[in-house]
Amino acid sequence: MIPAAFEYYRPTDLSGVIAILQEHGDDARVMAGGHSLIPMMKLRMAEVPHLIDMQDVAGLTGITIGDTITIGAMTTQAEIIDHAGLAEAAPIMREAALQIADPQVRYMGTVGGNVANGDPGNDMPGLMQCLDAEFTLVGPDGERSVKARDFYEAAYMTDREDEEVLTAVSFAKPAGGYAYEKQKRKIGDYATAAAAVQLVKDGGTCASASIAMTNLSDTPIYSDAAGAALTGTSVDADAVKAAVAAMLGDIDPVEDNRGPVAFKRHVAGVILARAIERAWSRA
Amino acid sequence: MKDEVTSREDRIDALGGMGCKRKRVEDARFTQGKGNYVDDIKLDGMLAGDFVRSPYAHARVVSIDTSAALEVPGVLAVLTAADLEPLGLHWMPTLAGDKQMVLADGKVLFQGQEVAFVVAEDRFAAADGVEAVVVEYEELPVITDPFKSLESDVVLREDIAGEGDGVPDGAHGPRKHHNHIFTWEVGDKETTEQVIENAEVVAEEMLYYHRTHPCPLETCGCVASMDKVNGKLTLYGTFQAPHAIRTVVSLISGIEEHNIRVVSPDIGGGFGNKVGAYPGYVCSVVASIVTGKPVKWIEDRMENLMTTAFARDYWMKGKIAATKEGKITGLWCHTVADHGGFDACADPTKFPAGFMNVCTGSYDIPVAYLGVDGVYTNKAPGGVSYRCSFRVTEAVYFIERMIELLAIELNMDAAELRRINFIKKEQFPYKAALGWEYDSGDYHTAWDKALKAVDYEGLRAEQAQRVEDFKAGKTRSLMGIGLTFFTEIVGAGPVKNCDILGLGMFDSCEIRIHPTGSAIARLGTISQGQGHATTFAQILATEIGLPADSITIEEGDTDTAPYGLGTYGSRSTPVAGAATALAGRKIRAKAQMIAAYLLEVHDDDVEFDVDRFVVKGAPEKFKTMKEIAFAAYNQAIPGIEPGLEAVSYYDPPNMTYPFGAYVCVMDIDVDTGVTDIRRFYALDDCGTRINPMIIEGQVHGGLTEALAVALGQEIAYDEMGNVKTGTLMDFFLPTAWEVPNYETDHTVTPSPHHPIGAKGVGESPHVGGVPCFSNAVQDAFRAFGLRHTQMPHDHWRIWKTANELGLHD
Ligand SMILES: Cc1cc2nc3c(=O)[nH]c(=O)nc-3n(C[C@H](O)[C@H](O)[C@H](O)COP(=O)(O)OP(=O)(O)OC[C@H]3O[C@@H](n4cnc5c(N)ncnc54)[C@H](O)[C@@H]3O)c2cc1C
Repeated sequence: MIPAAFEYYRPTDLSGVIAILQEHGDDARVMAGGHSLIPMMKLRMAEVPHLIDMQDVAGLTGITIGDTITIGAMTTQAEIIDHAGLAEAAPIMREAALQIADPQVRYMGTVGGNVANGDPGNDMPGLMQCLDAEFTLVGPDGERSVKARDFYEAAYMTDREDEEVLTAVSFAKPAGGYAYEKQKRKIGDYATAAAAVQLVKDGGTCASASIAMTNLSDTPIYSDAAGAALTGTSVDADAVKAAVAAMLGDIDPVEDNRGPVAFKRHVAGVILARAIERAWSRA
Repeated sequence: MKDEVTSREDRIDALGGMGCKRKRVEDARFTQGKGNYVDDIKLDGMLAGDFVRSPYAHARVVSIDTSAALEVPGVLAVLTAADLEPLGLHWMPTLAGDKQMVLADGKVLFQGQEVAFVVAEDRFAAADGVEAVVVEYEELPVITDPFKSLESDVVLREDIAGEGDGVPDGAHGPRKHHNHIFTWEVGDKETTEQVIENAEVVAEEMLYYHRTHPCPLETCGCVASMDKVNGKLTLYGTFQAPHAIRTVVSLISGIEEHNIRVVSPDIGGGFGNKVGAYPGYVCSVVASIVTGKPVKWIEDRMENLMTTAFARDYWMKGKIAATKEGKITGLWCHTVADHGGFDACADPTKFPAGFMNVCTGSYDIPVAYLGVDGVYTNKAPGGVSYRCSFRVTEAVYFIERMIELLAIELNMDAAELRRINFIKKEQFPYKAALGWEYDSGDYHTAWDKALKAVDYEGLRAEQAQRVEDFKAGKTRSLMGIGLTFFTEIVGAGPVKNCDILGLGMFDSCEIRIHPTGSAIARLGTISQGQGHATTFAQILATEIGLPADSITIEEGDTDTAPYGLGTYGSRSTPVAGAATALAGRKIRAKAQMIAAYLLEVHDDDVEFDVDRFVVKGAPEKFKTMKEIAFAAYNQAIPGIEPGLEAVSYYDPPNMTYPFGAYVCVMDIDVDTGVTDIRRFYALDDCGTRINPMIIEGQVHGGLTEALAVALGQEIAYDEMGNVKTGTLMDFFLPTAWEVPNYETDHTVTPSPHHPIGAKGVGESPHVGGVPCFSNAVQDAFRAFGLRHTQMPHDHWRIWKTANELGLHD
């Protein structure tokens, strides 16, 4: 478990990062918390001849709360958990972050790394899709933004260009009830199935619903159909059933040590139903 | 004297002897990161070794090209089987009488097998060197199923296949097939089969005890240092049996034993994983001889899980017979044991399936039969006793599941079924049907205490209500009550029937009392976290009347410690603990003579009292052990040699038989398979209790490893022989989060043959815990018709059980 030799860089500004990325292309990678990247390097599954540590890059951390919430890419999961303003404005962030890995990992792991990584097991991507977040990317040609719902192409394949850095995630301050429900085998495990649900209640009916699932396909799954199945209903048993059925039409889990496909589909349904129930009770 | 005012109780307290909750003296260094583990050892000019390992489970090695590796900066040498062959070290003997390739000799038999050993200036260069070695393989058919192996034309072990028809005998007698290792049979097969055939009730099942791994926090490793000037080899390593390792190294290397010093420094857990000898040790020694420099080899986590000793992998077919009233009349078991590519089990020589023949458990079973067939497959070698004494976990799981199955067959309460079949107190010493003589026990008392403590009746009532609620659609959660009553067999063992590689399984203690009344004691065992430095000092404190805090315990250096067979199988207290007490008594005997001389009375006129010898009938006339120690060194006493030392080698007359009663209460989410352990009650009877706090710690640790094994921990292979659980992401190692609050309790039934009546406890909770957790899961579904489902009970397997019972419809 020793990585191949690599060159280590520690630039202090974004242009420095981008310059190194431009110079080495595919052979260079940025490192945020390193808690996905370093294990891959140690297993020699990722070859990174030029490693750019972003710990000293200015301007990539911090949480701004307003109608729009913006979180700098280098903000750690621990900082998300500890941020009182965020817990108030978007409580689903804290609920989800608390279910990621363990405290040691969360002190290092960042939001940017979690969403940029492209591992279907990461929890933040589904959450970002549920919140309809946008990712800010900065590259040699300047800045652009991409919707989380359009960002993920396949496992470890995203819309980000090799020379771009993800600098922030932002989303409109969520309204209504929320839940992040995750089944895992143990602390520190990726999800067997996880659901992010955000829904708005108007009188007795559901005005809008947003649903995304984690680790049930090679990308996070935003299920438009599942949200639609709840909208306009009283979120009764039938509506939940319909939402689950719609979600099951969108996911495509594969067998692994967590279990076979039939099990995962069943658990996905149970987890989503529970998430909806909890979100509705909070709406 | 100045302590005349001190009461006897105060004097006892001041010793910190047996029975007190003495704090662990080891913990100061462990909790401050000041332990000294093998990987902490740094010697001048030390090199690093690393393995090229096979990606295939079964393949011929066509060629190995080391040229590119030798170009890597820092790489000094790459050893292959061809380099070891002239030394006769390309194969090594295993503890089970088989032999194992040190480096692939023409073929590989399991994924991760050692193919070449790269020696470099540091571990980074070594790892780059490993990457650069080019090995050409030709894949061979892979066998991961022991039943298929016994029918396959594919010859796994060509080296012992023989020529023409028939296969040569193995270390344990005739072999039936080229992939067969041994057959071991105990008991009365014919009568047992007759009893079963004519029985009123029979329960029958195939129980699979899955392959798992001890996974100690510290992996295996060593530092070999050959001093070419004085011809002395020093080998530091994670050895649970340092003295045996010295002998083995001497036998296979030809270096005389006095020129080998083996040192086990602090060890970060062993659980059986560190009993055997591994290719890494041999390669490090050779590399040190070749380079003249110290060589360090440390496994990484994946190497540890994939290649060094696994545990279990037993397919146990069982039949248990009883009368309609539930009185057990016979027990039959046939086991197919998957040993992987080489037979590297660590069992006493005469017991190729360890003490599996304690599988009649805590019950008075008149007749029984056990047959075990060992089989080669394309999996890693091992078969060690993971926190148990030689396959006792398998035996106890077997009988405790069979009892539950019989209870189902009889439509009877499983607690009651146990009670009516327990060996009775007055039957001890009890000769079991498969040969063992249980030393002591009081099972009924322990069982009643346990059931009362958990309000067993109340739990059953609650469970019945839960089943009704479930059926009425009011809940999706079921409740399981797991029961286990186990009897262990530990403290191997009597030299007359227990040896490893011909070395009798005695153990030893040597004590030196210093002039000022402090002492050092050295033992043939080695702590891996059990707290020997704490407990052995307590035994001695009570035996020799000097404070435990004034006694240093030292183990693990073969140049200084007396010969012993090491620590595993809960043998430290039963064997070395006995040696300690007896050596202490020799000290006391000499001290008595010195005291009598000093007090100017006859030897028989003084008696031992806590920390002193007193003149009988005149307690104001005494000499403390401290004074006696000083006298031993500063006075010429007629007829008595100066000094105060003793050594004892203890050959136990019998094993000891700790037992216990465990109850687990578990809630199960039928829809997700998630389990929630609501309660776990563990009553242990380990005889005399040396340190209740250490016992409690051992019980917590053993139960946690039991929880792991029962609920998810496994070494799983796919059909190509790839290990699917090679990292801690997939190999379940519970954290504080997954572990419930354990309630511990005890009864005390001393061992009649042990000098202090102690039986050993380190492994009981693991042995008893696994079936208890498993029984809880299985019991939850009993009302819905479940008979048996295989471990590990992870979420998806529980879900599958529920699904197959129609609980998701
Ligand atoms: C034991 C363990 C358990 C875990 N469990 C979970 C879990 O349950 N759920 C979960 O979601 N995660 C889990 N993780 C992963 C953890 O959350 C990681 O920290 C996270 O996935 C990546 O964040 P990072 O900051 O460590 O990124 P890094 O590891 O540094 O980077 C990950 C990848 O993203 C790229 N990258 C990082 N930052 C940027 C950026 N700003 N712009 C462009 N590319 C970037 C890197 O080049 C790399 O390819 C676990 C990790 C461990 C070690």
